[in-house]
Amino acid sequence: MPMTMSLAFRISRAAVAAACVLAPSVLALKGQPALDGQPGLHDPSTVIAENGKYYVYATGGGLPMSVSDDGWTWRRAGTLMQALPGGRPGPDVIARGGNNTWAPDLMRVGDKYFLYYSAPGTQPKSAIGLLVGKTLDPASPDYKWEDAGPVVWSDGVEDSNAIDPGVFRDPTNGTLWLTYGSYFGYIRLVELNPKTGKRMYPDRKPFNVAVNSEASIMIFRDGWYYLLVTHGSCCAGANSSYNIRMGRAKKVTGPFLDNMGIDMLQGGGRLFLGSSGRFVGPGHFGLLDLGDGVEKFSCHYEADLDRGGISVLDIRPLLWRDGWPVAGENVTSATYMIESARTGTALELAVQGTPVGGLRGRGGRGAPPAPGAAPPPPPAPIPAQEPSQVSANWPSGAGGARLAPYMVQAQQKWAVTAVPDKGGYPGSPFFKITIAGTDRTLAATADRELAVLPAFTGAPEQLWRVDQLADGTYRLMPKAIPNSQEPLALSAVGSSMPTLAKFDPKSDRQRWNMRTP
Amino acid sequence: MRMDMPSRRIVSLALIASLWGALSAFSRLPDERQQPSAPAAAPAAPRPPAASLTRPASPAKPTGADGFIQRWLVLEPIRVPGQLTEVAVRSAVEKDFPVTAAPWPHDGDTLKVGENDLKWHAVDTLNYNVNLYHFAYALNKPTTNVLFWAVTVVNAPREMSGVRLAIGSNAASVWWVNGTEATALYNDRQAVIDDGVSKRLTLKQGANVIRAAIVNAGGATDFCARFLDENDRPIRTLTTTLTGR
Repeated sequence: MPMTMSLAFRISRAAVAAACVLAPSVLALKGQPALDGQPGLHDPSTVIAENGKYYVYATGGGLPMSVSDDGWTWRRAGTLMQALPGGRPGPDVIARGGNNTWAPDLMRVGDKYFLYYSAPGTQPKSAIGLLVGKTLDPASPDYKWEDAGPVVWSDGVEDSNAIDPGVFRDPTNGTLWLTYGSYFGYIRLVELNPKTGKRMYPDRKPFNVAVNSEASIMIFRDGWYYLLVTHGSCCAGANSSYNIRMGRAKKVTGPFLDNMGIDMLQGGGRLFLGSSGRFVGPGHFGLLDLGDGVEKFSCHYEADLDRGGISVLDIRPLLWRDGWPVAGENVTSATYMIESARTGTALELAVQGTPVGGLRGRGGRGAPPAPGAAPPPPPAPIPAQEPSQVSANWPSGAGGARLAPYMVQAQQKWAVTAVPDKGGYPGSPFFKITIAGTDRTLAATADRELAVLPAFTGAPEQLWRVDQLADGTYRLMPKAIPNSQEPLALSAVGSSMPTLAKFDPKSDRQRWNMRTP
Repeated sequence: MRMDMPSRRIVSLALIASLWGALSAFSRLPDERQQPSAPAAAPAAPRPPAASLTRPASPAKPTGADGFIQRWLVLEPIRVPGQLTEVAVRSAVEKDFPVTAAPWPHDGDTLKVGENDLKWHAVDTLNYNVNLYHFAYALNKPTTNVLFWAVTVVNAPREMSGVRLAIGSNAASVWWVNGTEATALYNDRQAVIDDGVSKRLTLKQGANVIRAAIVNAGGATDFCARFLDENDRPIRTLTTTLTGR
C-alpha cells in the first residue's frame, strides 16, 4: 500500500469505529439479518464463548467490547481498556507503535486469555500489544487485564505493517502462532510462547506467508493449515471492496497455495466470501467452534445496506467442501420440505396424504399427432397443494409427526419463520416451524418425542434452532424440552419416525435437508 | 391377554367387506406397474414347504444377531380389497380383530373369518424377515389383496425402558405391544429394516405380546421386526416363544 494511503486508512478506521458506536439496534427481522441488537463494529476479533455468553472486541478507542447472551442479540459493553491501568496501551507498546487501538484477536490458553491488539502510529510504524486476563466477564471479581507489552512491531521502513493480529493454536502439537500484517509488505508469522503469550524465539526472523492482504488468521482441518486473509479496501462503507481469501499448506509455515496453485506470497487467494445480497465488503474471518462438529465463522461487513450502510458483525455457518472451507448461509424465513438426510423421507403431520393435483396418470401415451398437425400443448402446471384443499380430516387438536415419502403435499410443507424477541443462538434467531398456511406448530414433548400442536403459543418447546452443518445439511433443535435440560436434536430413528435424540456428529440421523417445495 | 383360555376355539369375525366403502378414491394408482398380477389358481396338489420358513423345533428362540424376531404365529391370509390407505387399513384392523380380548392362538388353531376357516401356523424364519409370500404360496393360499395377522411373545430378561419397536413391512401394517398400538405404516411400500419405529416404550420383564397386521395388495409380501435400545442399537438379549406367560 502506498504510504500516502496509510493515514487515510487510519482516519477511516477511526471514523468507522465511531459510527459503529452510534449504530442503531435493528429489531425488525428481515430476510437474512446480520444479527440483532447492536451488531455495529469494525475489525472484530474471534468471537469467544465464556460461561454461556459471547464476547467480541473491535477497532476503536480502548477496544470496544460487545457481549451477547445467546450469540444473536448483541449489546455494546464499554471498552476493554477500561479495565487497564491508564486505559490505554502500555508505554512500550506506544513507543514501538502508537496509541491507536485496532483490530484485536484473542485466545484462551490454559487459565488465561491472551489478547493481541494493533497499536499503530503512523503506518507502517506500528506494534501489536499483548494484554493478559483471566476472564472476559466484567462482572467477575477476577476481571482485569494486564499489559504485557509489545509482541511484534514494524519500524515504518521494513516490509511489514504490524497490525491485525490473528492467533492460532496448532492442534497437532499445541504450538501457538501469531500472524499479522496489512498490505505494506508481508503477512508474517511468528511462534508464541504458550506460557507468556510473547514470542517464543524473539531473535528469529518471522516467516513471510502472504502479501497484499490483511486481517490474517489460520485454522486447521484434516492435515491442512488454512490461512485466511482479507483482500481489497476497507473503511469506505458501501464503496469498500473487502473480501475474504484463503490458501492452504501442509506446514504451518507454508507455502500457502490457493486452489489454482498460486502462492499467497505472490498474491494468490481463493475466494471464501465476497459481497452478497445487501452486505458489502466482508472481512476479518474468525472461527467459532461450537463443538460436535458445528462450526461458525464471524466477520464484519463494511456496509449493511439495511442498517444505513454501517459496518456490522455477522456470524454464519462454516461448511467444508473438497478440502476447502465454504461460507454457509443462516437459514431464512421461508417454506421448506424438511427431508431426512438419513432416509430421504420428509417430515409431515401424520395424516393421510392426498396426491398433489389429485389422481392422475403419468400421461404421454396419447396417439401421435397426425402428420403436419401441431403437437398438443404441454400439460398445465399443477398448483401447489394448500391445506384448505385437503385438511378436512386433519385432527382438530394435537397431531403426530412422522416421516413419509417426499410428495410435496400440504402436510409436508413447513413454514420456518423467525420469531422476534424470543432470543436465538450464534447467527440466528429462534424459529417457529408450522405447517405452511396454518398455525399448526411442531413442538417437542416431555417424553422426548414430537407433536404438531394446533397453534403456536411461543412456548420454548415450540422454538427451534436451525444450524447448518459442515456438509450443508441442517441440525434442528428445540429451544427447550419440557421437564428436561438435555439438549436434543430432531432425529430420524427410522424411515418413518422422527424423534428427539442426542446429536451425533458422526451420524446422518440428525442431519436434515431444507428444500424449497 | 388371558393365556389360560381354551386354546382350540373357533372365533367368528364379522364380514369385513362392508368396511371398504369408505376407502379413499386415490388408493388405486392408474399405473399398471402398481397393479399386482393376478395369482394363478391354487393348484390342488400340495406345494413344497416355504424355503425360508421352518417349524419351531425348540421351546424358545433367541432374537438373531441383529435383534430380529424370528418366531411367529401367522394366520392364513384373509381376503381383503387390498387397498393400502390409512383409512382402509385402519378400518380392517381396528374393527375386525379382537386385539385385546382374543384367546391366545396356538399352532393349528382355526379362526373363522367370514365363510373361511383359517389356520394359525407356527413358523421360524431363516432370515431377518418373515416372507409371507412364501408362507401363503406354500399353503395354496392367496398372496394378493390379503391381510395377514402375526403374533408372538417376546421375553425380556428385565424391564427395559426407552426401547422402540422397529419394523418393516410389505405393504401396510399396524403393530401393537402389550395391547397398545406402537407403530403403523401405510400405502404401498417394501419391507425396509427400521422403516417404522415406535415411540419410546417399556418392555416388561418376562412376556410381552406383539401383534401385527400386514395388508398386501400384490406381489411380494413380508415383514421384519426388532427392538432397538436407547441408542438405536438392536436388542439381542430377547427370546421369543409362542406360548405366552
